[in-house]
Amino acid sequence: MIGNGKRWTVKEIRAALEAKQVSARELAIEHYARIERRNPELNAFLALSPERAYTQAERVDALVARGEPLPSLAGVPLAVKDVISTRGIRSTCGSRILEDYVPPYDATAVARLEAAGALILGKTNCDEFAMGSSNENSAFGPVRNPVAPDRVPGGSSGGSAAAVAAGLAVAALGTDTGGSIRQPGALCGIPAMMPSYGRVSRYGLIAFASSLDRIGPFASSVRDVAAVMQVLAGHDPADSTSAETPVPNYLAALDKPVTGLRIGIPRQYFGEGMDSGVRRSVEAAIERLKGLGCRPVELEMPHTDYAIATYYLIATAEASSNLARYDGVRYPLRVPAATLGEMYRDTRGRGFGAEVKRRIMLGTYALSAGYYEAYYLKAQKVRALIARDFAEAFEKADLIVTPTSPVPAFRLGERTADPLQMYLADIYTVTGSLAGVPGISVPCGKTSEGLPIGLQIFGPAFGEAQVMQLAHAFEQAAG
Amino acid sequence: MKIKREDVLRVAELAHLSLDDAEIEMYARQLDSILSYVEKLNELDTSGVEPMAQVLASTDGEANPAAREDAARPDGAAREVLDRAPEAAPPYFRVPKVIER
Repeated sequence: MIGNGKRWTVKEIRAALEAKQVSARELAIEHYARIERRNPELNAFLALSPERAYTQAERVDALVARGEPLPSLAGVPLAVKDVISTRGIRSTCGSRILEDYVPPYDATAVARLEAAGALILGKTNCDEFAMGSSNENSAFGPVRNPVAPDRVPGGSSGGSAAAVAAGLAVAALGTDTGGSIRQPGALCGIPAMMPSYGRVSRYGLIAFASSLDRIGPFASSVRDVAAVMQVLAGHDPADSTSAETPVPNYLAALDKPVTGLRIGIPRQYFGEGMDSGVRRSVEAAIERLKGLGCRPVELEMPHTDYAIATYYLIATAEASSNLARYDGVRYPLRVPAATLGEMYRDTRGRGFGAEVKRRIMLGTYALSAGYYEAYYLKAQKVRALIARDFAEAFEKADLIVTPTSPVPAFRLGERTADPLQMYLADIYTVTGSLAGVPGISVPCGKTSEGLPIGLQIFGPAFGEAQVMQLAHAFEQAAG
Repeated sequence: MKIKREDVLRVAELAHLSLDDAEIEMYARQLDSILSYVEKLNELDTSGVEPMAQVLASTDGEANPAAREDAARPDGAAREVLDRAPEAAPPYFRVPKVIER
């Protein structure tokens, strides 16, 4: 039952545990066996934590043996992106500068998952400090897309997406700053959720851009995404940007009918630059939603075209500030030098990869004296206009549907020559990042070459329940 | 080109990054290209628009106060943090000397 590569769901695990058909320990053994078989090729995992996973499995199996009620994610094998702190497990952020860093604490998200009974299998590979859209910027090698191993899984949460897509984990945590959960979900063909800003605590998330970063789940079904979201969501006093907005029951909302929901279709997301296979698939998806009783509403979101420029000024400025702490003083990489200044420069010069340095410099420039108003401040104002586009759109529509990515998974090395070209692949995702709203990518088809395509659904801030409700209905209708 | 070698050197100094000549040239070109692209923001009239400095104030200001109580919470983490430092002489991080210029 286990050994045939079966894709478990949260519900199936619970039922099998309660019926004593499988133990949490067996689930851990099976998933580690799969990782051993496929990780050398995929490079999805950077570190494994069997001691922790088996200790947790023991706890879960003891509850089963005593006939006690099981917590909501009991026995669920999970992976965690390497930018998220895990006590005692090396957390590198895909960077040499943290290659030997072992956090002394767990991120709140990790603590909550473990309290819910999940088995933390290990840490997944990602673009360095979450900066990238292909997982080619990791200091520890790229991740390969399980659907097509000569292609990228997307980024920056490429490892987490690949792990779930390949059945190496039942669910995984990623982070999304400009698209880094949604886009890999689309490229690997699995549901992937970016919650509203502040919905999930950032305590323990090693910061890239503090006003944009969010933790969110990958899973093999929207139902499982909702199950993980239920555990992650909620106020955390340890994160000063954590929202006190109440958390609804996501699973209860999932099966509500979607007839009559107004789905906004913004003209600006359907212009040029979209692969024809993606366009066909997304248009067919919209037809399917209409078939479910959703009412399409045409929208204008006039500042869409300015989102990439806005994002790459704000995110890089915040990154330049957040990454200033990696200077050889407190964290493991230190390049010895005669003076403090040289130590800073050499440690950072050696420890950071090219994309990270590029963004730090761009951000430093945008914040520097004489340029701050023209770049950073200007971008913050345009950000307000982009947020306003969403607020106005949500007066006319309940949800907004767009493609997740203009292109399907591209080949390794195909887009690495020109950084700006890589940035432009984020056009559909960065808008929602800037506005603070939630968004999910749900698989909606494949190209003629068999490459997955994702449909993105945006909701109003703290509207995750309805986002997942529509995604679930869509997924079920696809069959 | 907007961005010249001196600009890259100045920014690298502010960001405490050591770069070799090939890197300086590469970053000059790339930063120039990116900064030219972001110029498009100047097409927009943003007079009277407040910068969006806080996200929650914009998405759900009612449920989320902009400030919280300023209460200290000792957590005893100093020891563990120092254990992970490249060089520590508790309660200090030990670093090379600072040379006055």
